[in-house]
Amino acid sequence: MKQKLRLLFAGALTLVTTYTQAQTANEIVEKYLETIGGKVKLATIKSIKMIAKGQQGGMEFPMTSVMEAPNKMVQSINFQGKEIVVSAFDGKEMWKTNFMTMKPEKSETEDSQNAAKSADFPDPFLDYKAKGYSISFEGEEKIEGTDCHKIKLTKKPIMVDGKEEEDFSYYYFDKENNVVIMQKQTGKKGQMKDITIETLMSDYQEVDGIYFAYNVSQKMNGQVIFSMTVDKIELNAPVDAKVFAYPID
Amino acid sequence: MRLFLLKNTMKKKSIFLILLSLSVNSFAQEALPIKGDEIFGSMRARHIGPALMSGRVVDLEGHPKDNKILYAGAAGGGVWKTTDGGVTFNPIFDKHNQSIGAIKVDPKSPDQVIWVGTGEIWTRNSVSTGDGIYKTTDGGQNWNQMGLPKSERISSIKINPNNTDEVFVGVLGGLWSDSEERGVYKTADGGKTWNKIFYINASTGCSDLVMDPNDANIMYASFWQFRRTAFSFDSGGENSGLYKTIDGGKTWNKIHNGFPKGKLGRIAIALAPSNSKILYSVIESVKDEDKGLYRSDDAGANWTRTNGDFGLVVRPFYFSRIVVDPKNPDIILKAGLNGSLSRDGGKTFKDIGGGIHADVHDFWFDLHDSNRIYLCDDGGVYRSYDGGSIWDMVKGIPVSQFYQVAVDNQTPFKVYGGLQDNGSWIGPSSKPGGIENRDWISVGAGDGFRTFPHPKDPNIVYSEMQGAENIWRINLEKNSAKTIKPFPEANDPKFRFNWNTPITTSPNNVDRLYCGSQFLHKSDDRGETWVKISPDLTTNDPAKQQQENSGGLSMDNSGAENHCTIFAVNESPLDQNIIWVGTDDGNVQVTFDGGKNWNNVTANVPDLPKNTWCYFIEPSSFDKNSAYAVFTGYTSGDFKPYVYKTIDGGKTWKSIVSDDIKSFVRNIKEDHKNPNLLFLGTEGGLYVTIDGGQNWSPFKNNMPPVAVHWIALHPTEDALVMATHGRGVIIVDDISPLRQLTKEIIGKDLHFFTTKPTKMAESGSFGGYARMGEFVGENPSRQANIVYYLKSRHTFGKMTMEVFDKDKQKIADLSPGKSKGINYVDWNYSLKPPKVAKGKTIVSGGFQGPTVLPGTYKVKITKGNKSYENDLVLIADPKSIHTTEDRILQHETAMKLFAMNEELGYLVDQIDHNQTQLNAILPSLTSSKLKKQIPIAEISNNMETLKESLVVLKGDNYVGAAEPQLREKISGLFSEILGYTGRPTNAQLSSLKVLDKKLSEARVIMESLKSQINKLSPAMAKAKLPEIKPGRSFEDYKAAEN
Repeated sequence: MKQKLRLLFAGALTLVTTYTQAQTANEIVEKYLETIGGKVKLATIKSIKMIAKGQQGGMEFPMTSVMEAPNKMVQSINFQGKEIVVSAFDGKEMWKTNFMTMKPEKSETEDSQNAAKSADFPDPFLDYKAKGYSISFEGEEKIEGTDCHKIKLTKKPIMVDGKEEEDFSYYYFDKENNVVIMQKQTGKKGQMKDITIETLMSDYQEVDGIYFAYNVSQKMNGQVIFSMTVDKIELNAPVDAKVFAYPID
Repeated sequence: MRLFLLKNTMKKKSIFLILLSLSVNSFAQEALPIKGDEIFGSMRARHIGPALMSGRVVDLEGHPKDNKILYAGAAGGGVWKTTDGGVTFNPIFDKHNQSIGAIKVDPKSPDQVIWVGTGEIWTRNSVSTGDGIYKTTDGGQNWNQMGLPKSERISSIKINPNNTDEVFVGVLGGLWSDSEERGVYKTADGGKTWNKIFYINASTGCSDLVMDPNDANIMYASFWQFRRTAFSFDSGGENSGLYKTIDGGKTWNKIHNGFPKGKLGRIAIALAPSNSKILYSVIESVKDEDKGLYRSDDAGANWTRTNGDFGLVVRPFYFSRIVVDPKNPDIILKAGLNGSLSRDGGKTFKDIGGGIHADVHDFWFDLHDSNRIYLCDDGGVYRSYDGGSIWDMVKGIPVSQFYQVAVDNQTPFKVYGGLQDNGSWIGPSSKPGGIENRDWISVGAGDGFRTFPHPKDPNIVYSEMQGAENIWRINLEKNSAKTIKPFPEANDPKFRFNWNTPITTSPNNVDRLYCGSQFLHKSDDRGETWVKISPDLTTNDPAKQQQENSGGLSMDNSGAENHCTIFAVNESPLDQNIIWVGTDDGNVQVTFDGGKNWNNVTANVPDLPKNTWCYFIEPSSFDKNSAYAVFTGYTSGDFKPYVYKTIDGGKTWKSIVSDDIKSFVRNIKEDHKNPNLLFLGTEGGLYVTIDGGQNWSPFKNNMPPVAVHWIALHPTEDALVMATHGRGVIIVDDISPLRQLTKEIIGKDLHFFTTKPTKMAESGSFGGYARMGEFVGENPSRQANIVYYLKSRHTFGKMTMEVFDKDKQKIADLSPGKSKGINYVDWNYSLKPPKVAKGKTIVSGGFQGPTVLPGTYKVKITKGNKSYENDLVLIADPKSIHTTEDRILQHETAMKLFAMNEELGYLVDQIDHNQTQLNAILPSLTSSKLKKQIPIAEISNNMETLKESLVVLKGDNYVGAAEPQLREKISGLFSEILGYTGRPTNAQLSSLKVLDKKLSEARVIMESLKSQINKLSPAMAKAKLPEIKPGRSFEDYKAAEN
């Protein structure tokens, strides 16, 4: 009897812990969404156009990125007057400019299929449950000397070299300011396989009532490998569908 | 007599009290209320390996379904994972204890759940200690400590394949003391709670645990009675034994039917996965004829001895692993000095093949092809594709175990150090393309320990091997090594040398060398002549000098247990007559007259257990009566940190330990400029204090909590260089900002640190030829560092960083660091690249800007509505091969070509602008008369011809490239000039003239074409054609993004 009671108690305790954790994760995310502008406002975003400067290896170059609901996007850089698409997705196909020929080339089919599953726009945490994403509270950690909540975000599984794999990453929410200051993700294939990239967000500024990180820096092994500073963000500007599509000569 | 002594002590005490209060006053540096990440910010360590010889790897574990995935657990270097079948390995356990005992992958969720038990189980004298069991649920990105924090050594982890929340753990436990933590533990809830389900006694631990893959209720556990002391090892006893359970661990029975009687030592146990009735066990026993491999064909009911070869019985404490082929129960591998393989069920063995380092600890068979085997040993991980005949080393696991490190004054400086079982080495601290395995030079055989460069002569280096079997002076230029160890004179007793014998150079006399046995030996002629300058400085306890009896059931007299020896020696940098000595049996001795008289000051060290190993003494470079001493009691199971400072030549000592330090200490380094800045090498990583030891902070930025055995601080580069015992050499490049931290600074919103003038890097040569899978050590930054302290992290609003030249012209935009604490931002001291002409292709010259000249530049950070400025000074490398004139000529040439690039760009822009307008008008010229009267088609064509000579308009960026035109030539020469920081060649300078002339000619042609257009304007106006508008100005062109 005693044993049974103890088991029951242990069971209840586990339940309570799980429940509290879910609560905590949810509360952190709710607070974050509220801080950056609120769910209602975020839901009104249909497109984002971003003009920025990228810095990598001592070079500086103009960058443009356009995103449109639900998952279309194009990101390009400009070298010597030439527009180079680093990554684009039109809802069906992913493609980019080949640096040697300056011509577009399509990505692997599974990359396009994975991109089609993405529901990160305009923010991965907005209505995360409805998107089939899940979150969990993973404790507290200091990031850049700042106390943070650590949240694991798990999206729908993706295909990696023909094998289905979990797709997850970690977000660090500044405890004091309730915004994300870092995301951490480990690469799954190609040259990025097993390499962890830390993406740091700062310089949050308001655009039409919504806060965006105007500076995003990526670190590998503690060293900055890429940094992007936004000059301008435009919300809900009309976007020509052609910009996302694979160009046909 | 007794009364007198008492009185005397009392008197001494009162003097001590006065001295103590004095010393307290001198420690009255203000404590700084910040710690850890909040100080260090983005200050980070870099790893230079090497992985050439790798280091001791103790456990291998594969994935149950995916043969591309394998985990390797290092003795002191954490857990490494490959996902590509062993080509590349990445560390996945860098935030936790680096000493690994056992790794286990969850059979149900092998991609997510992995268990790691810490604490190496191959119990050599230098083995480290674990702190429990860890679990990841995301494939190794994050780990949680799941308990058993006092287990010290976890030998095995077994998971019930049907219920993976049920995990069984074998705890071998403490090596140096009794421990009630030993035994077999079980969790039924995935590690939340643990129960000890089987225990023998406090001196007998579970050395192996095996689970029947067909029935998780059946397990076999071997227990080993063992103990190490600082001076002996004892393997075996009445309590060692092999046990079996058939009820999931509720009851255990000894299964010794056929085993030797009497005391047993370490027992290895393995089960054939393809037939779980077949078991193999290797037994250490009293009689040699009983030792060896035993086989059971009835699940342990009966045993028969099959083999007692050397490879099977050698050093059981170090080699006790049997691995059976997953498909064939008769193919078995036994770890050993060389490793042994049997193909007949254990009757006969052969040594496995060549190409491996000695001391094999574990194997792993490929899931699908048993000819593919992995092994690990004292020199890393190896792969065989032919059933173990030929082995190929993994060259990307930098888990080398350094005992010591030294640096020299060369540029770039070199590092020197000795390694566990892997000799002694010299490597560069930087190299074009990164520090590769091939860049290291071997300067010693056997186990390597202390290795020092001659303080002045770059061709001379001193090294040694275990127990001073050899001490070498090596002439690097002549490639010769001379043995220079001291020998006893006629009336001397036998010299007792520590396994890790202290040798050291002198900061005051370049040709001096010290060596410690029980005596201190000094040579002033580079080791040719030795003088004994002390009596026996140890306790000389005969009970601790019985090494020939060490080992227990298997004699093990390797020299590793030599005791009552000198371990630490250092001469004061301020006075060559002050020499400090520490011994492994706990003595601290000091002489103030170069060795004529010695003071044993051990008794003055408060709160230190007797005979606690004095591991290192650091004489202060600020005050000759001050010194730091660190002690460790780990060889008697005491893992507390002991760090002391004396300011009166050893009469009194004060502990400078704080609760922040979590493990025992091996080394301390005093900063050269700020006496309150100290660095501590602990078994759990690097700690730093900026307030003289009142607070200590673990340094974690790219620095695992690996054992730091030695710290060197470069006298001019301010680089902190660490000998880690498991992750090679790790360097923190510039610690000088830490010197400057004060309470006032940490109260400011932003504070720029004073940095040394940056020596501008000169163009390098070639390097970077390592292939995939080979480790390449990280280089230091060659750029200028802008270093500042931020009171809090910058998260909201704009923050920018700009660089201005002396004319207040902005020359660079940088991305500032936002971290709380110290931020480092790199500037490559280059101007922005020129704006080059638009063409079909891309030119390299459009990616680089000229390097600025040495001088003072201004850095400005704007944060919200506040701005902060600081000077940044660039100087030419004093060792440069270039003259100032050369450098100026290079810069001017680069600037000239920079301008030519942009002028050409503007010319092409004008052509484009005119052509667009002209071509738009063309359709309006309907009649042939008009066409003739206004020949703009011809002008446009001429412009096209001109443009074709200026810039490539076809082809691609690779082998489809077109013939280079003026843009490509100017850009190419520009890149060449930028690529060399000295005088351009005469050929380059004449080429510049040729290109400049061509550019002028092109401009003349363009002007003529433009004037032709101008002349046509009345006719065009008459024909009501639109006016051709002039293009933008040169300034507008340069300012525009496109």
